[in-house]
Amino acid sequence: MLRLPPFALHQPTTVAEAIAHLAAHAPDVRVISGGTDLLPNMKLAQTRIQHLVSVKFLEELHGVTRTATHLRIGAATSLQDLADDEDVRETLPALAFAASRIGSPQIRKMGTLGGNISLDTRCRYINQTELWREALGGCLKSHGTECHVVPGGQGCVASLSADTVPPLIAYGAIAEMVSDKGIRRAPVQDLFQQDGTWHVRIAREELLLAVEIPLPEPTTRVVYRKWAVRQSIDFPLVSVAVRLDGADGVLTGGSIVVSALGPRPRVLSLNAMAGRKIDEELAQALGQLVYDRARPLPNIPYDAEYRRERMVIEVRRAVRVLAGLPERPLAQQA
Amino acid sequence: MPDTAPPSPVAVAPVLITLQLNGEPTSVAVPPHWTLLELLRYGLGLTGTKQGCDKGDCGTCTVRIDGEPQLACLTLALEVRDRHVETVEGLGVGGEPHPLQEAFARVGAAQCGFCTPGMLMSASAYVDNLTLQDDPVVRREDIAAALAGNLCRCTGYTKILQAVEEVAQVVLDRQREIEESTAEEP
Repeated sequence: MLRLPPFALHQPTTVAEAIAHLAAHAPDVRVISGGTDLLPNMKLAQTRIQHLVSVKFLEELHGVTRTATHLRIGAATSLQDLADDEDVRETLPALAFAASRIGSPQIRKMGTLGGNISLDTRCRYINQTELWREALGGCLKSHGTECHVVPGGQGCVASLSADTVPPLIAYGAIAEMVSDKGIRRAPVQDLFQQDGTWHVRIAREELLLAVEIPLPEPTTRVVYRKWAVRQSIDFPLVSVAVRLDGADGVLTGGSIVVSALGPRPRVLSLNAMAGRKIDEELAQALGQLVYDRARPLPNIPYDAEYRRERMVIEVRRAVRVLAGLPERPLAQQA
Repeated sequence: MPDTAPPSPVAVAPVLITLQLNGEPTSVAVPPHWTLLELLRYGLGLTGTKQGCDKGDCGTCTVRIDGEPQLACLTLALEVRDRHVETVEGLGVGGEPHPLQEAFARVGAAQCGFCTPGMLMSASAYVDNLTLQDDPVVRREDIAAALAGNLCRCTGYTKILQAVEEVAQVVLDRQREIEESTAEEP
């Protein structure tokens, strides 16, 4: 039985009130939305704080609105609502798909987009009970000086496991935060730092309001792929979002976002490859590109070398889907 | 930044909330750090909802909040104020078991039974949302998707899927009968 330690819960009904609570208690405060990541982390004493500010009753943080140029998704929009939303499915299918692959039906109803972006990093050591962790001593993320998953590691390399982040970066999403100092906007890509103890650089005083995504041109297409052992509940063991820009089967630009590596996703630009045909040869070339430039670590379950090979397979399959080719050519021949 | 400072005590006096619990207005005082699961089991003595992993993996604590299956172990009790909460205790009507409960017993969908309350709550939401207009066919894969957040370590799921399938078929057949009988009227 895992119990929560005592804390104060603030349930504001306006954003102004929420910001005031955050400012009054920072840094000893967290925003709670669905609670599906924060509460287990608090039960495992991985997160220790005294104050929670709920966004459940903040109407303006809920829902999707479409303008002529953007889709704006409130931070407290549930992952299931995101996956089911007609506008999201039509304009940002890779984001809708990513949301539909998170957790379980219950988790998707409770969990929110803002919560997924703010998802804490995970690793084989930290995601255990306090008693279990104490047997080994603290780590870089929990009161210690030693990394137990990468021997000799100098910085915390716990893994980013948020499924919505790779497609959000591929689509060029902008996050909007508010605090008592005003509104701040930043590309989602720039929120992430190579520091597993605090990888999402949203200040404790700040409230994530919404994410704005420019409506993609018809020539821009994104595919998200997640590899996990089970079809439900699991976090990704490796995940990729592949964005290819181009008409008539010729690449004009794009990017590959690889995640479930360290605390920060790896973003590779494909702009230097403009002019190449979108075909099996490109699938092979991009597979080699991620093999050379992105490296899974022994921080989460499954052998890192195996996950590296798997990442290549997922990139190839994403490119094949975008090229209109069969996803698994060898399996289909057999 | 890492959370290094040991917590100092905060005031956590119980707060009085009102919710609709299995259709009954219920007022109860609950500390802010209690989950809905703790409130149900230890505050209100409703032990039908089970406590499993306590961190969102297993689904045995599934209850329905405003009709949607959600996890009581990861829901703060104060966050369900003024909302409708249904537990397995509220599933049958007037002492009669719910058709899903009958089907689970008939088919043998429970072995140790620990996952059953959560399974029933996810399954009841699936069955309640069935409409001929949306989809006139019952599919095992749709049932499996609806139950994808509920782990069972005994049955291998086959009989659970079978029990839910039987009830879903009855629900759609009944809707079809009603549709046909109203279509016949002049």
